[in-house]
Amino acid sequence: MSLPALRPISAWGLFALPGRERQSESLEAASATAELSRGLGRSYGDSSLPATPESELLCTTLADRILAFDDGSGLLTGEAGLALHEIHRLLMPRGWFAPVTPGTQFVTLGGMVASDIHGKNHHKAGCFGDHVTSLRMRLASGEVVTCGPDERAELFWATVGGMGLTGHILEVTFRMVRIPSPWIYQESRRVPDIESFIAGLKESGPDWPMTMGWIDCVSGGSSLGRGILMRGRWAEPSEAPARFPAMPPRLTMPFFFPSWALNPLSVRAFNILYYWKHLAREKRGVVSPWGFFYPLDAIQLWNRMYGRRGFTQYQCVLPEEAGQGAARRFLELLVKLGGASFLCVIKDCGAEGRGLLSFPKPGISIALDLPLRDWTQRVVNELNAFVIAEGGRIYLTKDTLTLPADFAKMEPRLAAFDEARRQFDPERRLRSHQSERLLEPAPKERP
Amino acid sequence: MKTAILGASKGMGRALARVRAERGDDLVLLGRDIEDLERSAADLRVRGRGAVTVIACDLESPDGFPAVIEALFAGGIRLDNLVITAAHFGTQDELEADPVRARRLLTANLANTVELCERARVALLAQGGGTLCVFSSVAGDRGRKPVGLYGASKAGLSHYLEALDHKWRAAGLITICVKPGFVKTGMTAGLKPPPFAGEPDAVARQVSAAIDRGTPLIYTPAIWQLVMLVIRHLPRFVMRRISF
Repeated sequence: MSLPALRPISAWGLFALPGRERQSESLEAASATAELSRGLGRSYGDSSLPATPESELLCTTLADRILAFDDGSGLLTGEAGLALHEIHRLLMPRGWFAPVTPGTQFVTLGGMVASDIHGKNHHKAGCFGDHVTSLRMRLASGEVVTCGPDERAELFWATVGGMGLTGHILEVTFRMVRIPSPWIYQESRRVPDIESFIAGLKESGPDWPMTMGWIDCVSGGSSLGRGILMRGRWAEPSEAPARFPAMPPRLTMPFFFPSWALNPLSVRAFNILYYWKHLAREKRGVVSPWGFFYPLDAIQLWNRMYGRRGFTQYQCVLPEEAGQGAARRFLELLVKLGGASFLCVIKDCGAEGRGLLSFPKPGISIALDLPLRDWTQRVVNELNAFVIAEGGRIYLTKDTLTLPADFAKMEPRLAAFDEARRQFDPERRLRSHQSERLLEPAPKERP
Repeated sequence: MKTAILGASKGMGRALARVRAERGDDLVLLGRDIEDLERSAADLRVRGRGAVTVIACDLESPDGFPAVIEALFAGGIRLDNLVITAAHFGTQDELEADPVRARRLLTANLANTVELCERARVALLAQGGGTLCVFSSVAGDRGRKPVGLYGASKAGLSHYLEALDHKWRAAGLITICVKPGFVKTGMTAGLKPPPFAGEPDAVARQVSAAIDRGTPLIYTPAIWQLVMLVIRHLPRFVMRRISF
């Protein structure tokens, strides 16, 4: 196998790092020399980027076969590069949907496991890893093994949410869920402030399998945290259209916006418009699942909106113990820092993910986009200081700028994960730019 | 409909098998690695409703071709389409550095592929006709620096396929020569994609339509027809200067 060419590699945040990327239909063979597997590159930060220019990554997207699907139990085995949108295209018309989905369906099974993704149904369904029954992996030693909740459980729970650092994920087996129809019954309403928002999420939780909200993060004072609360459930056949919901045509953002297009004024205008676009105080009805789950998938490469310098996302969870006021204080800090974002999403999390580094835990999760500018590092540091004080943590899949000392303070499970890496990859052959930044370095580099 | 594809588990062959599976074809997957073919068969069984079977066939072992043809046409069930996507590939640098590998490539892509087509021709005509769809390449249209040796094998193949179509179409044997431009597959994964690089899915849909219509020659993605029209008409002194 010849060495792939050195070229800039980027993920969804668009900033690029030099490295080498191999692509192959056969992950088992091609992962021999790779430091990390990566899928469709939808993580925002540097978790799928090369640690050094000499690093070789394995892109899994050519390994996209369904190896088994049981129409009775919903159990599906797929190669790690199989994309969620392909699974839905094939199996939704037959009444099946992923047990958990992130806000885009352009993700691979391997990525969904490595990030232990969560979605609008987290308060009911937990993370994706809770629905995985088995993984086939190639460890750093070259050994190919299977693991699951009942087999090599230590490896399994270190791999779920383990950012690809415990081995190359080759195959994933998980349980799809039956849906009564492919349509969604949705209720949405304008919410005047952050307190009503959190109350709305809490009150909707028991009866609604899917909840989330969008917050206007530029308005302060009495309107702080106002926004649109959405809740949904799968529509019953009696209320849904008989036809299959057409996937919307995908428009492509044809060019990078210039950096000045994103300024306090345009962000403010967008936030106000988005809030008032929801003219009626409350709307209800049957909607397409594509718009409900994946509003941003309608525009390919929407990330170019942030200009060539790219962007990052900041997502944290503020734990229940921090109390009701934590979310308000977070937003007050955000408004003060001026880190306004087009898109700020709020969601209440259910039980803590079982993966060693899984992101969610009971509390309120807030996610927002931040363009990469000179001030971004300072904003992230200040937000992190707040999150640490409140006992919260950040989501590695979104992170670009968190300092290692800050990460250590918010992640009590870090020592256990470092220990798992020592066990499954003693020479630390597997690494990413993010792992080099935040996690324990390889033994030889340790002082 | 029954469609057999040599090279069905990878790249454009995989994409084409999926397109045909989803519209209900019965499929026969041919290739070197039976275990890999079985994994593709599982994938295609989830995607389609037709039967999927596998047969080992190695383009480098022409001695095995008679048995392959016999297995393909066994049981008296009509084979509607035989598609050959498999071929060797090497960059010009790799092949210039290794003349033995160059000969192997030329043998597999031209001599052996033609032998397989000849045996398939006889069997298809014997059952009253059918479609033979073979992947050549735009690399065979003009002697170009980066694909001289690979292109030579494909030039010979394109030439043969054109004559095959002229001679036997009236008798019921439809020959389709597919000339892909640069398509993003495992074969081209190490190369820098040029402008107009295509995706295997789009290529597969276009090839599937060509099989339905019996189009004797297609460039895919379609834009390559225009690109190659220009390149075929460039004077030699220009070709000598450019590196494309």
